[in-house]
Amino acid sequence: MKKPTRKLVLAFVAALGLAAALPPSASAQAVKSIRGSDVSAPEAAPGGFKPIPDQAPIQRDYVQQPPLIPHKVEGYEVTKNFNKCMDCHAWSRYKETGATKVSLTHFKDRDGGELSNVSPRRYFCMQCHVPQTDAKPLVGNQFQRAEGLR
Amino acid sequence: MSDNNKTLMQKIRGAGWSAIAILFAAGIVFWGGFNWALEMTNREKFCISCHEMEENVFKEYRNTIHYQNRTGVRATCPDCHVPKEWVPKMIRKIQASKEVYGKVMGTINTPEKFQAERIRLAQNEWRRMKANNSQECRNCHNYEYFDYSVQGRRSNQMHQTGLAAGQTCIDCHKGIAHQLPPIAQDIGADHGGVVPEVMHPQPPKAQ
Repeated sequence: MKKPTRKLVLAFVAALGLAAALPPSASAQAVKSIRGSDVSAPEAAPGGFKPIPDQAPIQRDYVQQPPLIPHKVEGYEVTKNFNKCMDCHAWSRYKETGATKVSLTHFKDRDGGELSNVSPRRYFCMQCHVPQTDAKPLVGNQFQRAEGLR
Repeated sequence: MSDNNKTLMQKIRGAGWSAIAILFAAGIVFWGGFNWALEMTNREKFCISCHEMEENVFKEYRNTIHYQNRTGVRATCPDCHVPKEWVPKMIRKIQASKEVYGKVMGTINTPEKFQAERIRLAQNEWRRMKANNSQECRNCHNYEYFDYSVQGRRSNQMHQTGLAAGQTCIDCHKGIAHQLPPIAQDIGADHGGVVPEVMHPQPPKAQ
């Protein structure tokens, strides 16, 4: 290897090493996580959002969307002992309470086998079905309801 | 003639009016003291002086609307669990002597023991409230003054049909201030628990 070439290669390696040694925050300053703060920092205040009072069922935006919860759920107990959601939405209860009955898709085990009652893997309703607050969208967007549902 | 042959009235007359006055005053002091002692056992502070209550039911209750809410109106333990009327109150207080026995024997002195007994204890209280037409609820929530127009869509409809069918508060409002015992719900394998007939009793007019 010629001397000037070797020097050039060495300089390049040194430059790379210097870049790696610098704190990454210098280059990543502009990027901000949705959480808004460092993992070890205290949780940001949720921002006084109010749950929206009871309303009629909310239309879906796409066909696979888990239906949204159109009522308040404050203080609802979902524990090992009792599932408040199922107290109204179960097939044995929905007629009396006037609630929407649980979808038939919830009566399957993980292998797709049919069950005669709701699968325990569907126990935590609010992992998919969420209540609504008066919070505004975090970023502007042009999301449109799926064509078949407009 | 000996004193034994005197009637009671003659004896009292003999003792004089001052004795009657003293007896009367003693009666007031005794009755006042009795009521004061009774009221001392009718305060939340007294209830949670037992760790059975403080560690289990009181902790759960602190997360509910009857403990903390936007206007700060509170219901304390005796507001729901001790009748306000004198005779039912006395009956409940005498029954509560069994709870002293439970305390001494340590029937529910750990959270595990309490959880195991919860299904029995909860049903005792539901039975009591159903028997007196949820009187302790109605001391504050009088349905004759419900304004359905400001109630939510669901409560509006359920209250009107439920009350028309002769149902009482506790028929639906179970586990509002404490966590529920295991309830038999048709999810996965059968785990036992409170049966649907107890959890949602049929309204009297539908039977």
